Amino acid sequence: MHPKEPNAPARRKPKSGLFRLREDIPSGLYNALGFIIPAVLVFLWWLVTYLGLVKPLFLPSPVAVLSEGWRQVTEGILLADASVSFYRITIGWLAATVVAVPIGILMGNFRIFEGSLGPLISTMRYMPVVALIPLSILWAGIGDAQKILILFLGTFFQQALMIMDNVKNIDMNLIRAGQTLGFSNSEILRRVILPAASPGIWDTFRITIGWTWTYLVVAELVAASDGLGRRIMDAQRYLATDTILFGTLFIGVLGLLTDYAFNKSGLKLFRWNSDKR
Amino acid sequence: MTNNVTTPRIKVDAVGKIFGRGPQAVQAIKRIDLDVHENEFVSIVGTSGCGKSTLLNMIGGLDEPTSGDILIDGVPVDGPGRNRGFVFQSYSLFEWMTVQGNIRFALEKSNFGKAEKDELVAHFVQAVGLSGFENAYPKQLSGGMRQRVAIARALVYKPSILLMDEPFGALDAQTRGMMQELLLKVWEDHKVTVLFVTHDVDEAIFLADRVVVLCSRPGLVKRSIDIELERPRNFDVVTTARFGEYKRDIMADIREETLKVMAMETQNEN
Repeated sequence: MHPKEPNAPARRKPKSGLFRLREDIPSGLYNALGFIIPAVLVFLWWLVTYLGLVKPLFLPSPVAVLSEGWRQVTEGILLADASVSFYRITIGWLAATVVAVPIGILMGNFRIFEGSLGPLISTMRYMPVVALIPLSILWAGIGDAQKILILFLGTFFQQALMIMDNVKNIDMNLIRAGQTLGFSNSEILRRVILPAASPGIWDTFRITIGWTWTYLVVAELVAASDGLGRRIMDAQRYLATDTILFGTLFIGVLGLLTDYAFNKSGLKLFRWNSDKR
Repeated sequence: MTNNVTTPRIKVDAVGKIFGRGPQAVQAIKRIDLDVHENEFVSIVGTSGCGKSTLLNMIGGLDEPTSGDILIDGVPVDGPGRNRGFVFQSYSLFEWMTVQGNIRFALEKSNFGKAEKDELVAHFVQAVGLSGFENAYPKQLSGGMRQRVAIARALVYKPSILLMDEPFGALDAQTRGMMQELLLKVWEDHKVTVLFVTHDVDEAIFLADRVVVLCSRPGLVKRSIDIELERPRNFDVVTTARFGEYKRDIMADIREETLKVMAMETQNEN
């Protein structure tokens, strides 16, 4: 259509490269990188130990860590530890959630609740949970209740504030639409605000259960005889660095799996939230 | 002009609105008087900040006037009610419900039987041109289609008044044109009183029987212009000389207001 002017500059070639701002890169590469980087790190780890640059006490080899894992599997320790820790996390997180959901929803919808609870919860969330271990033992003894209490304290405050935000983030006009259609406040709460906020709340669940996992070692720090965190603490006493590393990595993997499960089920539960048909 | 025998469908009687208190108080609307009659289509235009959305919210019962009264069929407004349907610029659909579900939700507080409700939903899905999308979720639809769901949802329970707050403001120009024609068609088929807030002068004239221009800061009615263009209208009408005259008058009014606001703003800064 446009005859080319003789002196027109040659058409700019579209820039290619992997470092364009916000631009996509090939999806195969994107996915592969997620494996390549950890693989490189493991290789370096193996190389350092293989060449004997570091004493095994300071950094055991990947093989030693894996065989420690295998020992725990065959002796049945791992399953026992994992199930007791999993139980504590589930109960601790559920307890926090059962309280945080209603409180977060009330705070997100009613200024009176936000005003009365907001400052308190915002302060409490900065409190160092580790420092409360002695008190938690005085209050809850040395059984599972104490571990669950620590997990609860580590999770609840953040979660309540996040759920408040999830609720606040919904479009005010949704509530107004409900009002113009003649629904009462409690109906709007149940049938408009809750479903509208639910994908956000589910995402909060996913993030907070990750935090509960990170509090596991703190929860099993004192007065525990079993659990993944306990195993790590015991190993510190004997400088069993292979056990420490294996335990830490294993908790990481379990946390990742929980995250994945929440993510996938969220996509299934809230199919309406996707723009694909 | 004014008919003293029938009460107006909407009567805005000396309504003023002040936001906030004390030194921070802002007078959004000084005093607005406005009568809208049964099945009239009235557009409200004005510069941003002239209080046109505030006025609509107050008529919808979503906000309360500081002074004056708003009467619907002679009855003072006390909160939202099902005699008024509302369409927001942001669509405000219930995204976890399908197209059908959204429209049906609006019928829940109606006394229609199940068969009647089914029929109404089906009718309005068809009236706004969404046949085949009954079971789609809002996120899967384009902006224009979402707003059609919102229009169907606001009309299905047969309110006598439809309040629209810049409903097509977020749509691209082509879609907006299509939506205006669709709205007129739906309105011809299901007569209701419409109050339509917009800042698009073409849109205001094209749709309305009467265009009300608001003054800025604080809001007042500057002028009310009867639009005597033939109905049913199609988009050709925008090229007629008459349309051009209306547009010139209204634009001049708005320009005057905008200059006033700009002068006020520079004064405040000094």
